[in-house]
Amino acid sequence: MNQNLSTVSQRSPSAIATNKVLRNTYMLLSLTLLFSGFTAAMSMMMNMPPMTYLISVIGAMVIAMFVLPRFANSPAGIGIVFLITGMLGFGLGPILTMYASLPNGGNIITLSLAGTGAIFMGLSAYVLTTRKDFSFLGGFLMVGFLLVLLAALANIFLQIPAMSLMISAVVIMIMSGFILHDTSRIIHGGETNYVLATIGLYMTIFNIFISLLQILGIMSNDD
Amino acid sequence: MDWMQIIAALALVMFIVVLLPRTRHMIKNSPKGTSSDWMSFVIPIAVVVLFIILLIKLV
Repeated sequence: MNQNLSTVSQRSPSAIATNKVLRNTYMLLSLTLLFSGFTAAMSMMMNMPPMTYLISVIGAMVIAMFVLPRFANSPAGIGIVFLITGMLGFGLGPILTMYASLPNGGNIITLSLAGTGAIFMGLSAYVLTTRKDFSFLGGFLMVGFLLVLLAALANIFLQIPAMSLMISAVVIMIMSGFILHDTSRIIHGGETNYVLATIGLYMTIFNIFISLLQILGIMSNDD
Repeated sequence: MDWMQIIAALALVMFIVVLLPRTRHMIKNSPKGTSSDWMSFVIPIAVVVLFIILLIKLV
């Protein structure tokens, strides 16, 4: 009995810290998604050219890879997360303008948005309820992601539409795996920094949304 | 080939080069999953695939 009480009291601070990381991550993720929606709307109103997407994504990725890790443990890290997600949202503007101009564009954007939300919430709920440890997926997902980047690089030169569709489908599966992996890392105490946890989950949501847009856009033209 | 494609290709090469050491580290340090672990991964991914097929039917 005493041993049980001792175990409970030893686990509690860790469980509280984990819940705090999870709560802060979801809070910051919600705010950054709203901010991205705002910058995307700004970009659409300003009628930005298509190259905005490429410049924003490259800029955001460079900041995420080289700047954010240095400031992740300071309050400046939160500002950098908003900068990255704001840039990615701004880059989405021309893409959304392009899809909105398609005959079925509004429906494609709405379904992509709803689909992304459903996938994220469904997979997060799955990890939070089962509390399974998906840390074994780390190497597999990173190798899969590298292979997708290589395929995307090859397709810049090959320009095969079917390959582009295949890449988008695989990206959704890999990003779904990352949602399981990253959420499980948070609840098992593997990720204690909510700034880094937020940017990881944001990237998965962003990639799923872009890939769904592409898949639904291509498939709706197949009629 | 326009300049946007060249920049996109260069950016992808940069991301691959940056991610390569991290991938090696994760392969070495990730625990091995049992068949039951892999099943708990495959089932939700299969549900996601079915969901995307449903979305394609809806569009």
